[in-house]
Amino acid sequence: MSALTLSNVTKSFGKTEVIAGVDLNVEPGEFCVFVGPSGCGKSTLLRMIAGLEDVTSGDVTIGGNRVNDVAPAKREIAMVFQSYALYPHLTVRDNMGLALKQAGASKAEISGATEKASGMLGLQPLLERRPAELSGGQRQRVAIGRAIVRRPKLFLFDEPLSNLDAALRVATRIEIARLHRELGATMIYVTHDQVEAMTLADKIVVLRAGRVEQVGRPMDLYNDPANTFVAGFIGSPQMNFLKSAPLGMSSAQMGIRPEHVAISAEAGQIAGRISHVEKLGGETLVYALTEDHGLLTVRLFGEHDYAVDSAVWLTPDAARAFHFDADGARIRG
Amino acid sequence: MSARSSLPRSVAAHGILILYTLIALFPVFVIVVNSFKSRRAIFNEPLALPTRETFDLIGFQTVLSQGDFFQYFLNSMTVTVFSLFFVLLFGAMAAFALSEYRFRGNTLTGLYLALGIMIPIRLGTVAILQLMVATGLVNTLTALVLVYTAQGLPLAIFILSEFMRGVSDDLKNAGRIDGLSEYRIFFRLVLPLVRPAMATVAVFTMIPIWNDLWFPLILAPSEATKTITLGSQVFIGQFVTNWNAVLAALSLAIVPVLVLYLIFSRQLIRGITAGAVK
Ligand SMILES: Nc1ncnc2c1ncn2[C@@H]1O[C@H](COP(=O)(O)OP(=O)(O)O)[C@@H](O)[C@H]1O
Ligand SMILES: [Mg+2]
Repeated sequence: MSALTLSNVTKSFGKTEVIAGVDLNVEPGEFCVFVGPSGCGKSTLLRMIAGLEDVTSGDVTIGGNRVNDVAPAKREIAMVFQSYALYPHLTVRDNMGLALKQAGASKAEISGATEKASGMLGLQPLLERRPAELSGGQRQRVAIGRAIVRRPKLFLFDEPLSNLDAALRVATRIEIARLHRELGATMIYVTHDQVEAMTLADKIVVLRAGRVEQVGRPMDLYNDPANTFVAGFIGSPQMNFLKSAPLGMSSAQMGIRPEHVAISAEAGQIAGRISHVEKLGGETLVYALTEDHGLLTVRLFGEHDYAVDSAVWLTPDAARAFHFDADGARIRG
Repeated sequence: MSARSSLPRSVAAHGILILYTLIALFPVFVIVVNSFKSRRAIFNEPLALPTRETFDLIGFQTVLSQGDFFQYFLNSMTVTVFSLFFVLLFGAMAAFALSEYRFRGNTLTGLYLALGIMIPIRLGTVAILQLMVATGLVNTLTALVLVYTAQGLPLAIFILSEFMRGVSDDLKNAGRIDGLSEYRIFFRLVLPLVRPAMATVAVFTMIPIWNDLWFPLILAPSEATKTITLGSQVFIGQFVTNWNAVLAALSLAIVPVLVLYLIFSRQLIRGITAGAVK
């Protein structure tokens, strides 16, 4: 039995269709990430799973039960929000215990669950504080702790790291991955950041304009994208898209990742001129302007020196290239 | 930082604000000062402070001995406090419904409720009087409370719904997932966060009610239901006005409303600074 099933779920606000028929199956214990550009409907889909938005049509099934008409509190889910959403008038302890209290759990049960969850996240010293006395990172850990206390069937995360600074984001990301391993719980995680999606997910769902573009394991999406949208969205820096005609190929477009382009000062397939070089220490990104394909990115390992405006030759590795038709769909084989 | 702390700028800003304060407080000052003077001193030197010779409590004595002044006070307080309570309660509830729930006719309902801001309730005085006569509410404080609640609601709903739209959806949704009822979400999560707006609405609602002469005169002029503003009118005659008594009555009338204002303004400032240093 799957932990979550969406069958042909749609959502319209008035006449605007925001979710256009999504089918999805999430297995128990799976870490599933919804990823897509801003405004593509990720949050709306998550809120429909939580019961905070009605579904316009289709079915939402959690743990085998159809929950379309079940109130959020009765769905056995917990949600972590981008803005933390801690209750400002309650201490950390009461914030974490509120859901159990509402469900009628005993005092001992509540304090046991709160202690356990705060132990996992190192929140014990903060238990008597109020949210206003915590830093952003601490607040988000309390919000995660509040979710754990409920022991839900399904954890829902809506961009939980977006309000944190870069260093905290990495640390909290690792913490969420650890919690997923320790709890063995099913998690649905929404983000617009493909790095978070790649590093956390067992299964990635790429959304665009309310439609699922592709579902798969991170490396499947990376190595075998279904169309130009997924190919361009997954992987950083972005894949290069080249016109096939000047290269003498039959497809409409060819995609090649920046690490699969060779660069040479003497000879190669495509002539270009260096327009910018970014040195990151471990790697160097070279941007070259070409006549037929516009700006192309080359990713080199280690440090390299290239003078801006010097002429270079680029050669895509044909074996690693992806081919797409005029509509952007992948041509396999 | 340098722009904010520069001396000439802050002197100028303080100068303007102090000037404004003086102008605004001047009439109040004149009223209070003169209420402590003898009749002749009021007319001879209206701006002078009371001295040993001119100091006179005759105004207060007249006020406290004539009519049932404490009853008038109590009436004004009762009417103001109850009206304020109902305006804030129903106004906040309606504002929450309008800002939180999507339902057919939401916008129309909002517009309908906002109409009251533009149409003065006094236009309906005749109909209101007929209604009160028909329901037997003439000369009761209930009549005043009902009218003032109706008068205060439009602006309250308008201001509060704007503020409630600003309350984080995530917070309300977290409450729903944790199993809080909509009432708990409204009373425990949303209301405390719009407290500064509530204080603003309270001040805007309270002052016209306290000062109103029109509806007490028309709906509740009996001795038992007179408000302080109406009660003070006995000292203003067509030919002779007892200025000592009028000024003393006005000075006394300032006190309760000042206390209420201080209570709300503390809330208001607390709300503003809490947001600023978050
Ligand atoms: N309550 C609403 N009413 C109307 N449109 C909405 C509402 N909520 C979201 N939308 C629209 O739905 C689309 C998807 O929003 P959302 O799910 O928040 O996107 P994401 O989380 O992927 O950035 C957006 O175009 C947004 O404008
Ligand atoms: Mg979103």
